[in-house]
Amino acid sequence: MSETKDKPKPKQGRDATGDDRRLNMIEAINDALDVAMGRDENVVVFGEDVGYFGGVFRCTAGLQEKYGKSRAFDTPISECGIIAAAIGMGAYGLRPVPEIQFADYIYPGYDQIISEAARIRYRSAGEYNVPMTVRTPFGGGIFGGQTHSQSPESLFTHASGIKTVIPATPYDAKGLLISCIEDNDPVIFFEPKRIYNGPFDGFFDRPVQNWKSHPDSVVPEGHYSIPLGKARLVTEGDQLTVLTYGTMVHVAKAVLEEKGIEADILDLRTLVPLDIEAVEKSVKKTGKCMIVHEATRTSGFGAELSALVQERCFYHLEAPIARVTGFDTPYPHSLEWAFFPGPVRIGAALDKILKD
Amino acid sequence: MADRPKRNADGKNQPHLTLHVPEPSYRPDADDVDFSAIEIPEAGAQSRPDEACDPEETHGLCTDLIRVLGDDNRAHGPWDPKLDPDTLREMLHHFALVRAFDERMFRGQRQGKTSFYMKCTGEEATSISTAMALQPDDMVFPSYRQQGVLIVRGYPLIEMINQIYSNSGDKLKGRQLPIMYSSREHSFFSISGNLATQTPQAVGWAMASAIKNDTRIAATWVGEGSTAEGDFHAACTFASVYQAPVILNVINNQWAISSFSGFAGGEQATFASRAIGYGLAGLRVDGNDPLACYAAEKWAADRARTNAGPTLIEFFTYRAEGHSTSDDPSGYRSAQEREAWPLGDPVVRLKNHLIELGEWDEERQAEMDLKAAEKVKKDTKEAEKNGILGHGMHQPFHTMFEDVFEEEPWHLREQNEQSQAERDKKYPDGVPH
Repeated sequence: MSETKDKPKPKQGRDATGDDRRLNMIEAINDALDVAMGRDENVVVFGEDVGYFGGVFRCTAGLQEKYGKSRAFDTPISECGIIAAAIGMGAYGLRPVPEIQFADYIYPGYDQIISEAARIRYRSAGEYNVPMTVRTPFGGGIFGGQTHSQSPESLFTHASGIKTVIPATPYDAKGLLISCIEDNDPVIFFEPKRIYNGPFDGFFDRPVQNWKSHPDSVVPEGHYSIPLGKARLVTEGDQLTVLTYGTMVHVAKAVLEEKGIEADILDLRTLVPLDIEAVEKSVKKTGKCMIVHEATRTSGFGAELSALVQERCFYHLEAPIARVTGFDTPYPHSLEWAFFPGPVRIGAALDKILKD
Repeated sequence: MADRPKRNADGKNQPHLTLHVPEPSYRPDADDVDFSAIEIPEAGAQSRPDEACDPEETHGLCTDLIRVLGDDNRAHGPWDPKLDPDTLREMLHHFALVRAFDERMFRGQRQGKTSFYMKCTGEEATSISTAMALQPDDMVFPSYRQQGVLIVRGYPLIEMINQIYSNSGDKLKGRQLPIMYSSREHSFFSISGNLATQTPQAVGWAMASAIKNDTRIAATWVGEGSTAEGDFHAACTFASVYQAPVILNVINNQWAISSFSGFAGGEQATFASRAIGYGLAGLRVDGNDPLACYAAEKWAADRARTNAGPTLIEFFTYRAEGHSTSDDPSGYRSAQEREAWPLGDPVVRLKNHLIELGEWDEERQAEMDLKAAEKVKKDTKEAEKNGILGHGMHQPFHTMFEDVFEEEPWHLREQNEQSQAERDKKYPDGVPH
């Protein structure tokens, strides 16, 4: 169930003014890696540009200096090799945290993830397991074009044996990443790079926000974790349920606020295993369900969500389940805002679902 | 001045391009198999550089063929590992056991006791002799034709048979295709059906051992056909970049199911010579020479264990039987090839060596073979008490849902219940055995 109410109180941070410590998502991820590496010397971090340079998004900055080259290091440009090395390290007993620079480039490592990492516990009847967390920036809204914008989460949720986790706030990013690293199953940790620096609300023509003014950028120091498989109730309301994750949590919230709609927005946080209880409880309360994701529509994770809601909440539904997604095209460069499931597309879906 | 090219029909004076599609020397109708074109150097003629040498010093060995046992059945040259007769007899015993095992399991498949089997006939030295050169806790990442490693490490035959029969004693709970063994206790990594994936994993394991300042090394085996996979390139690159304590064993048995080694690039260069481009030490070894196989693996193990770097070894051998029980090699190669193969049979070569040393004789060999067959027969009967494939004594249905994750999530719990309800409906009086 929702974690909102039992969230641990953030400790007083190191901000000179005495305010709570506020981090953006990059800093929160960096902090999570630092905490995990500090607690367990079996945690190793590696990937392209991850070591000396600290990552193209700065998520691993300072780790090599602090923990040494054998704990945080650069790799050849080979996603297959990166994932395979992590699997071998996992079999040895390490807790590898490989980075794939963009989710769009995870496919050369896909066979190693799907055929190997996801299956090793099963095929060896538990003799071997791969406690690996693959971190990878994903999602669009940054003019990344076809190969810096994709959201391939459904390619992973479809494979048995792998967990898929997506944070939407700095607080969650740290707590969820620590949980992933400590989890004994392989996890794909998708980082919505559009909201690395601020909670993008989908209104691309307005000034960009940063995390400092957002309540969920208060990130406690030290160790804390958020359980996998638990959704977060972002807002509460009776008019409908919105199932979403990543960047789209903020977009959906902003659109609902603009339109004065009161809804349960569920930030799913973990796609597999899904918090089905939270989904069921909310949809049965509201009777209406809208699913929002950036990924393309056909066979996207929204299709699974829609099917589950239909199967479990059929007699409570008062309107067809709405899916607001990217279009079934490769991610375009110049036509980004026509592709992105932003306020206009969400607004139209809301008008339709709330008509009655 | 060169002749001007002839004009083509289209009036251009450029030659038309043609695609080269490799073709093996012999097909099923060939009754003139002649491998004399394969260069077989004199045993003992190859130099043996220091284990800590620069990779460049091994370049000559990447195109040569390291051999120890000569036609005179004696050991020659600097690669002679000088094994004592007891160790040689132990090796011969492992050969006898794996050969008897392969025979019986193949027959078991033909009798319908299991769905599938793969022999390693002719390639025994590439797993048994090599595994004997490693420490028992060195981690191995095998392909599907290294059952010899398990034999060397004393993995119980009964466990192997339980796995092959997917019976109630199968430690892998009937989840894996026969021969895809796994034994953490024997430092034997879980075998995957996806080719070459184990090679960069072995490098990762070796990197982990180095990260933790351990003393153990890793070894992986891959067929020459699978070296064409991208994973093999990743393995070579990572091994080289991080100087990982790993041995990359390439078993060049000439055939990848029906395609000959030319389709993996073997026509233009030896597989050992791949090492040169990656800056790895490389060795090319007579894979049917048990002493050479042992010596090369030991050299590479010593090199890895002393932080001197990884090694790629090509074992030049011949897949004497079909690819698997599902394969009929008479559909693509000459039946004469096996007899004509110039490097002989590893088992016979080791036996003759021991006889030449005065440490063995045909009577003792016959007795050993008989005992090996009896041991396999006895263990097979014992394993069959746990059932054979499809005869009811499999794992309980609910185990299908275990070990997907460490803990069973809700959706698998629901599917588990659904599965149980299906069984209860079909068999209201309980599932028959």
